[in-house]
Amino acid sequence: MATEGATGAEKAHEAGIEQPIHDLPGEDTCRLILQKMLLIRRFEERAGEMYAKARIGGFLHLCIGEEATIVGATQALADGDYLMSTYREHGQALARGTEPERVMAELFGKVDGCSGGRGGSMHLFDFERRFLGGYGIVGGSLPLSAGVALAADYGETEDAVLSMMGDGATNQGTFSETMNLAALWSLPVVFLVINNQFGMGTSLERHSAVTDLSQKSEGFGVPGSRCDGMDVLDTHAVVSDALRCAREERKPQLVEAVTYRYRGHSMADPEEYRSKEEVEEWRRRDPINNFRQRVTEDGMLSDDDVEKLDSEAQERIEEAVEFAENSPFPDLAALYDDVYVMEGSSPHAWWLVDQRSPETHRGEAEREAGDVAQELAEAGAAYAGEDVTSERRSRHTPRGDDQGEGEPAEESRDEEGGAD
Amino acid sequence: MAEVRYREALNQALREEMQADESVFIMGEDVGVFQGAFKVTAGLLEEFGEKRVRDTPISENTIVGMGVGAAMGGLRPVVEIMTINFSLLAMDQIVNSAASIRYMFNAQVKVPLVIRMPQGGGHQLGPTHSHSLEAWFLHVPGLLVAVPSTPADAKGLLKAAIRDDNPVIFIEHEALYGKKGEVPENGEPLRFGEAAVRREGDDVTIVGVSRMAATALQAAETLAAEHEVEADVIDPRTLRPLDLDTILESVRKTNRAVIVEEGWPHGGVGANFAALIQEQAFDYLDAPVARVTGADIPMPYSKPLEQAAFPHEEHVVQAALATFRDL
Ligand SMILES: Cc1ncc(C[n+]2csc(CCOP(=O)(O)OP(=O)(O)O)c2C)c(N)n1
Ligand SMILES: [Mg+2]
Repeated sequence: MATEGATGAEKAHEAGIEQPIHDLPGEDTCRLILQKMLLIRRFEERAGEMYAKARIGGFLHLCIGEEATIVGATQALADGDYLMSTYREHGQALARGTEPERVMAELFGKVDGCSGGRGGSMHLFDFERRFLGGYGIVGGSLPLSAGVALAADYGETEDAVLSMMGDGATNQGTFSETMNLAALWSLPVVFLVINNQFGMGTSLERHSAVTDLSQKSEGFGVPGSRCDGMDVLDTHAVVSDALRCAREERKPQLVEAVTYRYRGHSMADPEEYRSKEEVEEWRRRDPINNFRQRVTEDGMLSDDDVEKLDSEAQERIEEAVEFAENSPFPDLAALYDDVYVMEGSSPHAWWLVDQRSPETHRGEAEREAGDVAQELAEAGAAYAGEDVTSERRSRHTPRGDDQGEGEPAEESRDEEGGAD
Repeated sequence: MAEVRYREALNQALREEMQADESVFIMGEDVGVFQGAFKVTAGLLEEFGEKRVRDTPISENTIVGMGVGAAMGGLRPVVEIMTINFSLLAMDQIVNSAASIRYMFNAQVKVPLVIRMPQGGGHQLGPTHSHSLEAWFLHVPGLLVAVPSTPADAKGLLKAAIRDDNPVIFIEHEALYGKKGEVPENGEPLRFGEAAVRREGDDVTIVGVSRMAATALQAAETLAAEHEVEADVIDPRTLRPLDLDTILESVRKTNRAVIVEEGWPHGGVGANFAALIQEQAFDYLDAPVARVTGADIPMPYSKPLEQAAFPHEEHVVQAALATFRDL
């Protein structure tokens, strides 16, 4: 158990995390891993900048520091496997192969975003790649992921589900309920707890009586194990093994990846709950630097190779930003579309009520809500601001709708220096 | 046509849809071995086995959430919640997942899930087991809401709900399970969004929701026999989508409307209908839209108090007559 006031490194040590123990895989795999981790980091850095420039609205949760956990775990998935995650999921989508362009466009609220601009940063989704979503409700995706595993099992497929959550989510009722059901029904699902040491500003030992999170599922029949979430190879090995168990033996598993988030919980976080020293200690175990060092020391890749990967990643992200800038906002006429599947149902009834005009509106079946409704929709949309893209953050900050995440302080809008 | 009870009609719908479609399965607390708290799932475990009739632990939020996940994964789950009050534990998954997922993820997936549950007072179960909460679900875009009041509607609408590609909140009524009625044998589903006109009359429109459709009908007979008032009685059958046109057509004819529901008045179904009617047919109204609702209190246990807390025929008759009073 971590003692109160212990530093990050001490905590890591107490958590039983040792130096890398796995042999390097082949050159192509190493290159791919590094490429993905770099892509995620560069994406996140740029997303942070775009948020500070008010190109991105709402909340933005960055995963910088957690790249090894994300890439190591997702590399263990087969093509047919499903991945589900929390609102801190840009990296997950990128790791699963969603184009950075479509992820960035979603953050910008644009029509070419991977959720058509309707979900935003917290609700990315890419059905084709079996990435079944980021979810904004802490613990909300756990039952969903067990349900997807049930469908995979019901259809007698070999597909498994990797269901990611934060350390804070292990305190939700859905955690225990889902562990029990997954074990009871022998579902092919692996739960990955991304223990980044905090749920918002509440540190692990202040939010969970049991701080070895790999134990938390065991009483419900889901065996737990732990990996070094700062070590991409260790994460990959442990998650691969868990997936094998879930898939072949129909025994759901839980893996706790011990990692750290370098940035604030969201962009609105003044980080008063931890010391700069603690962050620095964890940064010394940086998953990208460490892996880079290993592959270069080994001679598998040269420094130039790595630099090239990095500049390619940065170029790709620039393209993503440009794509997102140029993509249009979603069509106002589609505001009411896709709330329902309407085929086969009675399109003549009232499905949705448009209170903005005296004219009737039945949803997409009768899209022609009338000129007045369209004008009023445009009048409403105009509040988004004409030069929404060039404004500094000021009035686009959500207020009070998610107690605790709060509003970004004026100072914290600017990039909080320091290269990751 | 065969005469069957409401619960048997539901049972037939489940059985027929499960026979027709391998992807339909049931899960809920005590739906299998125990055959359902109200015996709606009787015999299904025996016929379809444990894979398709699943007894779950007492974990409402997770059962519903798993239903949503299974629906996203291509199945057609029918989740039973023992009593509508328990659905409050699952409100997160119902609103934040089931209703939102299709829209939020830009129509990349659909959620063909049915959540069945009974509501209503009259069995002296007190404030945690007797409420009528259809208005809570009606409130949410993305959900369909069915409130069948007859065995035929129970069967036809449940079949439609199971075949529908949207999440459906299917609200049964505890006091109706034992009621008998004619049920067509053809096994055809009904369509959502089509109200039933139970009785025709030119003087006043009475809309009754869930069990109150039957109460409205009784009141209409009394109005005709004792007060020479002929009422149109409309059972909307589904609240989303809503056959508002049938209601409006009637109001334009009668110029008076009474909405009867068992739920609470604030933010209730009647409040909503009254708003829609005055927005769409204000010029036709000769009196304010009247509402008859359950009492604005947690449902009491004691029999006289409980009976006093939800509408009966007399209340509807009085409300209808009041619409003729000089203003
Ligand atoms: C049900 C619910 N309660 C509260 C919140 C507000 N909230 C958002 S993230 C968060 C902390 C979650 O921490 P953790 O699970 O460790 O994930 P992390 O953010 O560290 O990735 C909280 C409290 C929420 N989104 N949902
Ligand atoms: Mg955390």
